[in-house]
Amino acid sequence: MAEHPNISAGHRRPQRHLPLQILLGFLVIYFLVPFWWVIVNSSKDAPGLFGGGNSLWFADQIDYLGNLRQLFTHDGGIYVRWILNSTLYALAGGIGATVLAVMAGYGFAKYRFAARRFSFAVVLGALMVPATALVIPTFIMFAKLGLTNTVWAVILPSLLNPFGVYLMHVYARDAVPDEILDAARVDGAGEMRTFLQVALPLMRPAVVTVLLLSAVASWNNYFLPLAMLSDNRLFPVTVGLGLWQGVASANNAGGTSLWSLIILGSLVSVIPLIIAFFSLQRHWRGGLSVGGLR
Amino acid sequence: MTSLTEKRAPRTHDQKHKIRGKVQRREHLTGWLFVGPFGVVFLAFLIAPLAYALYLSLFQKKLIGGTSFVLFDNYVKAFTDPSFLSGAWFVVRFALVAIPVQIAVALAMALILDAVTSLFTRFSRLMIFLPYAIPTVIGAVMWGFLYSRSFGPLSDVFGLFGATAPDFLSSSLIFYGLLNIVTWQWAGYYMIILYAALQGIDPTLYEAARMDGAGRWQVARRIKIPLIAPALILILVFSLIGTLQFFNEPQFLRYLAAGTIGSDFTPNMYAYQQAFGLANFNYGSAISFALGGLVFICVYAFLFFTRKRRSFL
Repeated sequence: MAEHPNISAGHRRPQRHLPLQILLGFLVIYFLVPFWWVIVNSSKDAPGLFGGGNSLWFADQIDYLGNLRQLFTHDGGIYVRWILNSTLYALAGGIGATVLAVMAGYGFAKYRFAARRFSFAVVLGALMVPATALVIPTFIMFAKLGLTNTVWAVILPSLLNPFGVYLMHVYARDAVPDEILDAARVDGAGEMRTFLQVALPLMRPAVVTVLLLSAVASWNNYFLPLAMLSDNRLFPVTVGLGLWQGVASANNAGGTSLWSLIILGSLVSVIPLIIAFFSLQRHWRGGLSVGGLR
Repeated sequence: MTSLTEKRAPRTHDQKHKIRGKVQRREHLTGWLFVGPFGVVFLAFLIAPLAYALYLSLFQKKLIGGTSFVLFDNYVKAFTDPSFLSGAWFVVRFALVAIPVQIAVALAMALILDAVTSLFTRFSRLMIFLPYAIPTVIGAVMWGFLYSRSFGPLSDVFGLFGATAPDFLSSSLIFYGLLNIVTWQWAGYYMIILYAALQGIDPTLYEAARMDGAGRWQVARRIKIPLIAPALILILVFSLIGTLQFFNEPQFLRYLAAGTIGSDFTPNMYAYQQAFGLANFNYGSAISFALGGLVFICVYAFLFFTRKRRSFL
């Protein structure tokens, strides 16, 4: 590559590099193609979908509203229920997991207690345990307790986030100086108050990151609810769309109209998370670097 | 932050000692109070299921004679079961190809985005990250539509050149179909982690290198990549764990790729099929546990070979 001896302002200076930007442009197109396909094809009804028209362009008659009405009223509005269920699982699982992870990460980082090193090593080891290996035994345990096919079967296992604990540990260790905690204690603050009012604000970027990661993990979860739930009114949207797919492909004649609902349903289901990610961008970007940098 | 405490009047030795002692006595209890709630969840939903899976995997249920203790028979069965072995071979093969591809793509994008700053690169960064916000099953079904013969665009696009479209849902090409899906799904996430690490590098290092006559490529290869090695290893471990327990994408694509993806396509799908399709929980647990062991061995072997670079664990 050409050297630029005259650029002494250095690396952060805006630079154009046209070939690289063009390459980037192609990559962006690649990453957006599936979205484009879904957006375009959810404007079509079933005949338009299978009719052999241009599959990368809109239907002649765009009917999003009609399709949306169909999506939201199909089978007694079950799709709306699935979205609400997904929201509940993501919020309950995400917030619960974050509270536990923040407290544990802070505890591991800031207190010297018995068996601390050993417990933390066990938590790190748990990062390697494939989550799906736990689903089958958890299912049988829950079946014995009568918890399968309830919302708890999905929420309770989602509370476990060892990576969140690791991330919070690293962040609390570096971003919360012991001196500040000691100062708060000397000033008479209790341990809980020190944590809530002194440490927590300092850990905010990492807290938002862990919250977002846990909520996304719950929202995206498929294997766990698929195994745990049999009542389709409790399904999250991932399992629900899977159900429709099964029906649509098993019954090719009567199922064709379902395909257009599945396409629009996929589109609608990704909107909430995209909004969450974009609006919280400023907060999570700082937190993500933590895990990798140490 | 340190200056805050330094400004205070220096405490006497006695006072300090008193504070320390008091804190130490409280530390054991308070430490456990903070860690405790997570500990309970950890025991209930990680340790207990693991132990239970191990226990279950040591038994067999027979039509005649009921459940009996068989020690490692289920594991012997699994490791001689062509379904499990072919699934395990598939995920290992898939990991060997998919992980380097994903990380190479992510690294290249992160380096470009780190080196070039413009409004367009900022926009690209978000768009490339976008697939991470999509549930894996939805990503799989979106690509499944694109691959589909009945409503995908591939036949149109290839028709323009007078060629027949490849069928990524056929058994000969499904490997590449899935490879494309996971790359699309995860490369952006890995890119963001690597990009964050790159942004954390002290820019004066580049100055120094440039003084010594290093070009951009040399800066990337000799400074940037070595300095973000811990982040690279972190995402390698994550993608290894994720790929070996491959489940969501093939399970979801089964409907579109009828006949190509069987119920024993990956070990996890096979375990699911055994447990929930055939109510054979003992054998399903054994497969899960064997897969968990496989993941553990692969990850530890990997960490062992990279132990000099590793600092995140």
